Amino acid sequence: MIEVSHISKSFRVDGMTIVQAIHDVSLTVDQGAFITLIGPSGCGKSTLLNLICGLMEPDTGTIVLEGDPSAKRLGRVGYMLQRDLLLPWRTLLGNLLLGPEVSGQPLERARAQARELLPLFGLDGFEDAYPSALSVGMRQRAALLRTVLCQQELILLDEPFGALDALTRRTMRSWLLEVWSRLNHTIIFVTHDIDEAIYLADEVHVMSPRPGTIVQTTRIELPRPRREEMVNDRLFGEYRTTLLQALGV
Amino acid sequence: MLESHLDKSLEQRIRARRTMARVLPPLVLVLTLLVIWQLGVRVGNVDKWLLPAPSDIASAGWDARSLLWPHVLQTATETLLGFALALAVGFGLGMLIDASPLINNALYPLLVASQTVPTVAIAPLLVIWLGYGLLPKVLVVALVCFFPIVVSTADGLRATDGELVNLLSTMGASRQAILFKVRLPDALPSLFSGVRIAVTYSVVGAILGEWVGASAGLGIFMLRATNSFRTDWVFVSILITALLSLALFASVSLLERRLLGWYYRAAHQEKWEEVDTKGKTS
Ligand SMILES: Nc1ncnc2c1ncn2[C@@H]1O[C@H](COP(=O)(O)OP(=O)(O)OP(=O)(O)O)[C@@H](O)[C@H]1O
Ligand SMILES: [Mg+2]
Repeated sequence: MIEVSHISKSFRVDGMTIVQAIHDVSLTVDQGAFITLIGPSGCGKSTLLNLICGLMEPDTGTIVLEGDPSAKRLGRVGYMLQRDLLLPWRTLLGNLLLGPEVSGQPLERARAQARELLPLFGLDGFEDAYPSALSVGMRQRAALLRTVLCQQELILLDEPFGALDALTRRTMRSWLLEVWSRLNHTIIFVTHDIDEAIYLADEVHVMSPRPGTIVQTTRIELPRPRREEMVNDRLFGEYRTTLLQALGV
Repeated sequence: MLESHLDKSLEQRIRARRTMARVLPPLVLVLTLLVIWQLGVRVGNVDKWLLPAPSDIASAGWDARSLLWPHVLQTATETLLGFALALAVGFGLGMLIDASPLINNALYPLLVASQTVPTVAIAPLLVIWLGYGLLPKVLVVALVCFFPIVVSTADGLRATDGELVNLLSTMGASRQAILFKVRLPDALPSLFSGVRIAVTYSVVGAILGEWVGASAGLGIFMLRATNSFRTDWVFVSILITALLSLALFASVSLLERRLLGWYYRAAHQEKWEEVDTKGKTS
């Protein structure tokens, strides 16, 4: 699906000092996989996602999307940024149709699909509500549905549950897996939360502090569908220990 | 049931009370001042050409209504045309400034400098160049009004959330789509505050343009009234000027409320207050 090889990226800060955000990162994600990316704050996780979706180009290394090295990536990867970024002047439905509008998809079909998916995203009956009237959890789900409606196979999620309380997070992660199993996306998911990283993933990638590089990749062999009780399994505990070690805490 | 609504008539009464609470204080203040003015003039026996009483002004205005009407119309026309021009030019310049840093650097100092030249100095020049017709007045109004519109458009566009732009880019949006779908709507609240400032200056701009040379308009009426010591007419024209400005300001605010409902909704969360128990329904 996507193949990232040996990419590095630096930023110039205040026109003077150069800060290397990520260094020699390689990552291969197969079609339909769910991989999570975990690392300390500021280690370059968002930068990596920005590079993958084409908002930036790497200084060195290559990113190959669907086997085509020369292809333009902007507009071909669904990206949900850290903040929900719903437009306050549009209703929920208006927000959901943003992607189809700018990419020129037929709007009638997009609208029908949006309505069809509203119940799965727990937003049924809110299509005419403005974002300011929605709870934080609903806004997050709305942002995800907006991303889904962009009709891309690969979806990048940057700490989508970061703003939620611990209880809501737990229900949201099971829900996210249900969405994923129904809609068959390939997902790269960034998080700070170790349990969340294990619970969701086929594969967890651990990043080091800046300059971020992938220090460990762990395949998660827990059976699917995942259930909340699994966090108490011995295997889950072993993964947790491994990840904590890799993170150096 | 945890949530209950107050019954309709009570809700209406509460709403009416709120409106009163907003409208009543300024109304009472103005009325009090008028009464003091009226009494002061009558008791102190002040000459009418020095300071006419409110009642004198009102009756003078009423008597002169057919004389006044063409002047009011003239000033209103100049104001509206000038304001429309300022809106178009100001908005266009604001977009240009946003479009390229080069234009911004070239234009901004010039625009600021243009504001330091007093309009009273420019107005006579316009008359010399363009004669006594409608055009120079329209231009004076536009000159007075366009600057806040340029600045608020440019500032509003500059303040766009970069992440929002990124999001649209990942969706494959063109620069144009980003401008129209995200940046312009996002800049509207800022633009409107500029327009509100501009519109309050606009009528005064028209009057200023008329003072320099015109055959009709409230400015001319005011000038003639002053020259013939008709102080009551001076006050009448001041009053009409104020009313015109207020009406324009109110129209802009109304339009803003309509267009930017989302903005006010997002800014003002639900208001929670104690229920006065006498008003509670069973
Ligand atoms: N556009 C940019 N310009 C300059 N520096 C940047 C830019 N984007 C990121 N950086 C720098 O790169 C480093 C990595 O940032 P990034 O946002 O990718 O980290 P992160 O892992 O997503 O952090 P967090 O967990 O807090 O979201 C930081 O030091 C940041 O200051
Ligand atoms: Mg980040």
